[in-house]
Amino acid sequence: MNAVDAPMRAVQRVLGVPRIGWMFVAPNLAILGLFTFLPIVVNFYFAFTGGVQLYPSERPFTGLENLETLFECESYLDPSTCRKDLFWRAIYNTGKFALLQVGLMVAFALITALVLNRKILGRGFFRGVFFYPVLLSPVVVALIWKWVLQREGVLNAVLAGAGASPVGWLSDASWAFFWCVFVSIWAHMGFYTLILLAGLQAIPADLYEAAAMDSASPWRRFSRITLPLLMPNLIVVLVLGLIRAVQIFDEVFVLTGGGPGSATTFIVQFIYQTGFAESIHQYGLAAAASLVLALSLLVLTLLQLRMTRKNLAGGKANGDG
Amino acid sequence: MASVTTILSARRGRGKPDWTDWFSYGYLLLGLVLMFGPVLWLVLSSFKSAAALNEFPPQLLPYGQKSIAVPGQEKPLPLYRVTMPDGATRELAEVRRIGIQATLVDPKAPDQEYKVNIRDRKPVREFRLATENYSEIFDKFSFGTYLWNSVFITIVATLITLLFNAMAAFALSKYRFGGRDAVFLVIISTLMIPPTIILVPNFLVVSELGLLNSLWGVIWPAVATPTGVFLLRQYMLTIPDELIDAARMDYASEWRIFWRIILPLSAPALAVLAIFSVMWRWNDFLWPLIVLSRTEKFTLQLALNAFQGELTTQWHYLLAMTVITLLPVTLVFAFLQKYITTGIASAGVK
Repeated sequence: MNAVDAPMRAVQRVLGVPRIGWMFVAPNLAILGLFTFLPIVVNFYFAFTGGVQLYPSERPFTGLENLETLFECESYLDPSTCRKDLFWRAIYNTGKFALLQVGLMVAFALITALVLNRKILGRGFFRGVFFYPVLLSPVVVALIWKWVLQREGVLNAVLAGAGASPVGWLSDASWAFFWCVFVSIWAHMGFYTLILLAGLQAIPADLYEAAAMDSASPWRRFSRITLPLLMPNLIVVLVLGLIRAVQIFDEVFVLTGGGPGSATTFIVQFIYQTGFAESIHQYGLAAAASLVLALSLLVLTLLQLRMTRKNLAGGKANGDG
Repeated sequence: MASVTTILSARRGRGKPDWTDWFSYGYLLLGLVLMFGPVLWLVLSSFKSAAALNEFPPQLLPYGQKSIAVPGQEKPLPLYRVTMPDGATRELAEVRRIGIQATLVDPKAPDQEYKVNIRDRKPVREFRLATENYSEIFDKFSFGTYLWNSVFITIVATLITLLFNAMAAFALSKYRFGGRDAVFLVIISTLMIPPTIILVPNFLVVSELGLLNSLWGVIWPAVATPTGVFLLRQYMLTIPDELIDAARMDYASEWRIFWRIILPLSAPALAVLAIFSVMWRWNDFLWPLIVLSRTEKFTLQLALNAFQGELTTQWHYLLAMTVITLLPVTLVFAFLQKYITTGIASAGVK
């Protein structure tokens, strides 16, 4: 790295030692500026301009038209009365998906973490078993399950063996939605299990010993010691899970393509289709939908900050009290 | 059986195993089947021939039709078990088939031909791994190109990530320059800006830079990870400043201090970040999907996605491609599981 050393030496002579820190953060900051901060600003420009051109100066200013198009509805409760009904279907699907997926996933992650926290044989191995799917790419995850769930797949073969008739797991709207939730839990649960497991292991063992002295029942030990002390981790896991679930795209896109119909079309897929996949690229509409997504993520993030702060304060007060 | 007894007799504390023990092992066993079962099924299926994959219900293990070399025939002929008109069964090789009538010969005496209804013959099968699924994807599709694209993006992006993030972490942990804390805050705040909300403007930036349909269009936006800066900074804070002061006494330049002292000492943290970065880039999907639209620039993930739309009837190729795609991650997992799990547990990142 002598090639870098010579110019850096020259810079060091000019800037002096503490300020050369700027040279070291410069590449990272430049990349973030170019591919994160600049795009945030430009996204507003896209959202308030129309047309199908990508280049900003060729886009006519249209003000709130994109947002109005997205929000033009007779009744917000019924997506089919909206001008962009797919957008509203995507919003409702995403909301339903996020609640179901995160609720069930955190519940199962908690059970798994509790089981893995016991003195069991092969603990490291089983921890690996539950964690393994986390590393698989979303496309691979989707293909693994598509192969199991297809009409002539192994699940239908098992059903046929039991005398039942085959089910179109991915062609029936409700089943397709169920499998999106299931597959996404399958793929991500291990990550949240690890966080909860770390939280469980941080609970001091003497608390349980004291409870055992008082011959507290297992349920009482769980509800009075484990649950309250694990609460900060549970909240982190819930909010992290929600932030990710709202952005669901990859697995579902490969597994169902958003179908059948629009049964599993979520908000990021709407953005992708509107801006990139359809023959007419409506960048403005896509950017406006991104704003809606960004707003919901902002709310979730603020919620997380607020909850963790409140929780820390609460924990402290309890400790002092 | 010994292991089963040890499993059954393992329990918390003294006394008999209570219901929670039974529940735990039942749950873990169910988890094992549910988590590994589908992957195992995929791997087994990828070794089946196209014909075996079309069977319903499917066989557990890969079986293929046995074929046999018959004197006077160029290619080996498929072997069938035939029920003869007199009720006896014989193993015959099929020469040709017209409509519902098949012409078969005895491999040992190939001169006499038998004409049989195709309903009276069943294929003779043997355990056979259809490894041609794997070799053919490299010839029939430009699978090598996709593999190369994925490998290139993963390795180059990871190297740049390590360098840039380590430089930033070094500055943020070892220098006291004006605005340092603000810079740290700015970098960390990008954790809250997921790429999904800036797809359109990022597309503009990348296209203005002339990076559409270039692998660099996937690499550059991904290299300034806030997670990496955070992880490395926390680690570098534990490296004593005296080492740096001593090097300055010897007139080492600041870059030399970074390159020769800080980087080698940060190896454990760099290794964790490298593992994460490899997994992130190897598994990337949405951004490459938008930037790379020309087939010859596809990554493995994009190629899989494209094929699963087109090749619905060619599952034997698709399955082999999927297995190759999950192989590197599985190997990384098998050997480095401890680093990954402790990295996640301590930093809470993925």
